[in-house]
Amino acid sequence: MSLIQETDFGTPKSKSETMVTLTIDGNQITVPEGTSIMRAAMEAGTQIPKLCATDMVDAFGSCRLCLVEIEGRAGTPASCTTPVMPGLVVHTQSERLKQLRKGVMELYISDHPLDCLTCAANGDCELQDMAGAVGLRDVRYGYEGENHVFAKSHGCENDNWMPKDESNPYFTYDPSKCIVCSRCVRACEEVQGTFALTISGRGFDSRVSPGMNESFLGSECVSCGACVQACPTATLTEKSVIEIGQPEHSVVTTCAYCGVGCAFKAEMRGEEVVRMVPWKDGKANRGHSCVKGRFAWGYTTHKERILKPMIRERIEDPWQEVSWDEALNFAAAKFKGIQQKYGRDAVGGITSSRCTNEETYLVQKLIRAGFGNNNVDTCARVCHSPTGYGLSQTFGTSAGTQDFDSVEDTDVVLIIGANPASAHPVFASRLKKRLRQGARLIVIDPRRTEMVESPHVKALHLPLMPGTNVAVLTALAHVIVTEGLADEAFVRERCDWSEFEDWATFVAQEKHSPEATAIMTGVDPKVLREAARIYATGGNGAIYYGLGVTEHSQGSTTVIAIANLAMATGNIGRPGVGVNPLRGQNNVQGSCDMGSFPHELPGYRHIAGDAVREQFEAMWNVKLNNEPGLRIPNMFDAAIEGSFMGLYVQGEDILQSDPNTKHVVAALSAMECVIVHDLFLNETANYAHVFLPGSTFLEKDGTFTNAERRIQRVRKVMTPLNGYADWEVTIMLGKAMGFEMNYAHPSEIMDEIAALTPTFAGVSYARLDELGSVQWPCNEKAPEGTPVMHIGGFVRGKGKFILTEYIATDERTGPRYPLLLTTGRILSQYNVGAQTRRTENVVWHAEDRLEIHPHDAEQRGVRDGDWVRLASRAGETALRAEITDRVAPGVVYTTFHHPDTQANVITTDFSDWATNCPEYKVTAVQISPSNGPSDWQKAYDEQARHSRRIAPVVEAAE
Amino acid sequence: MSSSPDKLVYMANQIGKFFQSQGRDRAVQGISEHIWKFWDPRMRKQIFAHLDAGGTGLDPDVRDALQKLKQQA
Repeated sequence: MSLIQETDFGTPKSKSETMVTLTIDGNQITVPEGTSIMRAAMEAGTQIPKLCATDMVDAFGSCRLCLVEIEGRAGTPASCTTPVMPGLVVHTQSERLKQLRKGVMELYISDHPLDCLTCAANGDCELQDMAGAVGLRDVRYGYEGENHVFAKSHGCENDNWMPKDESNPYFTYDPSKCIVCSRCVRACEEVQGTFALTISGRGFDSRVSPGMNESFLGSECVSCGACVQACPTATLTEKSVIEIGQPEHSVVTTCAYCGVGCAFKAEMRGEEVVRMVPWKDGKANRGHSCVKGRFAWGYTTHKERILKPMIRERIEDPWQEVSWDEALNFAAAKFKGIQQKYGRDAVGGITSSRCTNEETYLVQKLIRAGFGNNNVDTCARVCHSPTGYGLSQTFGTSAGTQDFDSVEDTDVVLIIGANPASAHPVFASRLKKRLRQGARLIVIDPRRTEMVESPHVKALHLPLMPGTNVAVLTALAHVIVTEGLADEAFVRERCDWSEFEDWATFVAQEKHSPEATAIMTGVDPKVLREAARIYATGGNGAIYYGLGVTEHSQGSTTVIAIANLAMATGNIGRPGVGVNPLRGQNNVQGSCDMGSFPHELPGYRHIAGDAVREQFEAMWNVKLNNEPGLRIPNMFDAAIEGSFMGLYVQGEDILQSDPNTKHVVAALSAMECVIVHDLFLNETANYAHVFLPGSTFLEKDGTFTNAERRIQRVRKVMTPLNGYADWEVTIMLGKAMGFEMNYAHPSEIMDEIAALTPTFAGVSYARLDELGSVQWPCNEKAPEGTPVMHIGGFVRGKGKFILTEYIATDERTGPRYPLLLTTGRILSQYNVGAQTRRTENVVWHAEDRLEIHPHDAEQRGVRDGDWVRLASRAGETALRAEITDRVAPGVVYTTFHHPDTQANVITTDFSDWATNCPEYKVTAVQISPSNGPSDWQKAYDEQARHSRRIAPVVEAAE
Repeated sequence: MSSSPDKLVYMANQIGKFFQSQGRDRAVQGISEHIWKFWDPRMRKQIFAHLDAGGTGLDPDVRDALQKLKQQA
């Protein structure tokens, strides 16, 4: 194994299809028009010396090291900023160029520390490389002159010197090593789109400055790492590299945080991760990253990880550390006992959207074939199950229609109930890049999110009241239909025309107009009409949506309304358009694909279908139950009722993430055996009887499937600290229960999936290694996968329009609970925070805060930072207030990353009509001043502490 | 506190409300198909029992859909 070296071509690739031929150093080369001479030379294998150029950002032309000579042209132009032209004859090396380059390097080095041996970039420094490349042997100016290097010069304070900025927990800024190439500033602007960095001053006074000469942590910097990656010296360096040293080998793998699915190089020294660097060939992220994937992997070796299996008879007892065999036999005996006593259907399991496809597949196989029932569900139940239902009804596939590259061809972006800048940051950066090029943006969200206003981005914002999505989307359809903006030719060709006519008549009713619905939605009818016109007529229109769509009583109806809009405007079936659910967790798409829902086998095929079920029966050599099993909320109800008594939960913290915590506590407490298979003693483990230690994404092989349907490899870079990868643990649990599953490697599991699932027929590890990644469907018809779906026709045949009547949720405000609470995420934290809270990311978000409008706060005597009591019909908690007009009057907002806040004590039992996806996004609440944590929080904390005790191991007497 | 039969009646009526705008025939068909596809047998058994006991609280379309489903079962 060695370090993967990615070629830096110096300037970005040109998309032109016109080719140009020129001669560089006597060799003819043909490249697309618009390519720089620097890039053309590199493609031919000639590396022209450079410092300020890198292919992640546009050419800048400041370092003057990449000069070339062109026959017939005067002077020595910079090759990075000079485009190729037909017939040019270029020389990259001559006496004159050599002298010029040496002179430039001499000046750079005269103001640079010569501590190369002890420098963190030693072995990975472009300045060092260039000094070598140009043959620099002497610096005639000496090092005594005016400089930025030494704290003191000639016995006096050196005003040009600046101390290191170590405020960011993950990287340092050492201004003394800066060559002011602006690569960091341009990466922040062009790649990330945050514009946190600038160059202050001019000439010799030029300095990289976060914000207005602030610290990195104090500035707008979001710690995505793009600047660190771009820096050619040790000026911006990962603290892990400073501590450990340079990596010696690297492995390409996939991030285990959100559904964007960024590809990273895990750069290693032995089995120690030195750093995670985004991989330029990763098709989801194209070399970019966010603070989570790039830096927040410290949880993988956190001291709180549980590495030994544990059991206990009662949840009041302390945990007993035991051998794997003992734990597995204990669990198996409990589950078999429950099945004997209460029946075969009294146990079940939850697959993890954080684990690999292979692991998820095995858990559902264990439940269906080993437990003998279909009580399997996954966390997608509580996030994107309405997406599965809505898109399969209308289009015929339970997945997004595009790849992320598609955004580069989009003219109008419609974001509904999603905040990619916080939850899908790398996609947000790609989107913002397109917006800066001129695409238009419409945001439908109760809150003025970071997407609504950011540098060079200004969206048309429709701030609706939580719970009125269907009314707003049907009003958009009303405008499109009544103003004659529908794409009739598309609908006639691709959709069922009579269903369209029914739908058009339905939406055209006056009661669906923006004017008539404004009283419920709170959206200005003029703005809504403008949004409809822009989406319908502004060119390629693409819809991106998130949990603000799905987590409602009408979640599935909203997904259907979105699909209707896309079909009516012809925005389906080509690059730049489509309906794109932004998936929350790394493998939510995959866990759904792998048959994690109780009613369907892998590939979204209903369990009652004899032909499909028989294929699985033949492969697994068992008879399967043909009835759908329980969904997560149904499992809880059945537990309380006494007919569901055992649960195996892999990598999912249902107690913290599911709504109405008190109800979940009651359900878990009623069960006789809860097996938690996880990295940490999470909140659910407080009610568990068996704890099986889990492994991280760094410790196993497998695949994740991201929001684009892209299947990517996860590669093992270290031995599991707990001893086994999660797929091995599931196999061992099955064996203990008497159900054998034999696989030597996850690739064999994928082969079985491919054999049983038509959309995966062409997927294998060999294929993934060859292509890097592949988007399903991948089969004989599409051997390299399917970036854009529904080209030329819908998967289900004709696109289906379905009526979407707005039905207000029964969760209503009233005199006792006059405000609406909605929930969301923040950039630095991930989901229930089990991983990110165990990293330095807590410096950005140490606690959940309640956002409240100044008007509502004043009425209640709440000041910024005060503790407030947050109460709903389900429960109450306390947290601190943040006063902001990002939320409208009448609406409050919080995140759910911290267990001590327990935002889900507040959320209710209401759920989506079709899928039982909980209604997290609308809860009627009241706010009042408070002195601190509520009694419930104190009691919860006490129980958690008590439950997490691990009994000391007693040494046997001699 | 949580489950049967109130909660199941609520869930069934919620399904019914979605299909209501499609007209009675299609609604009855849609509701029964939905419950058949997504409800675990013990949930169906409970709602059938509730239906037999008079079906208090069930909306008319939902009642018809459950009758239909019960006959098929």
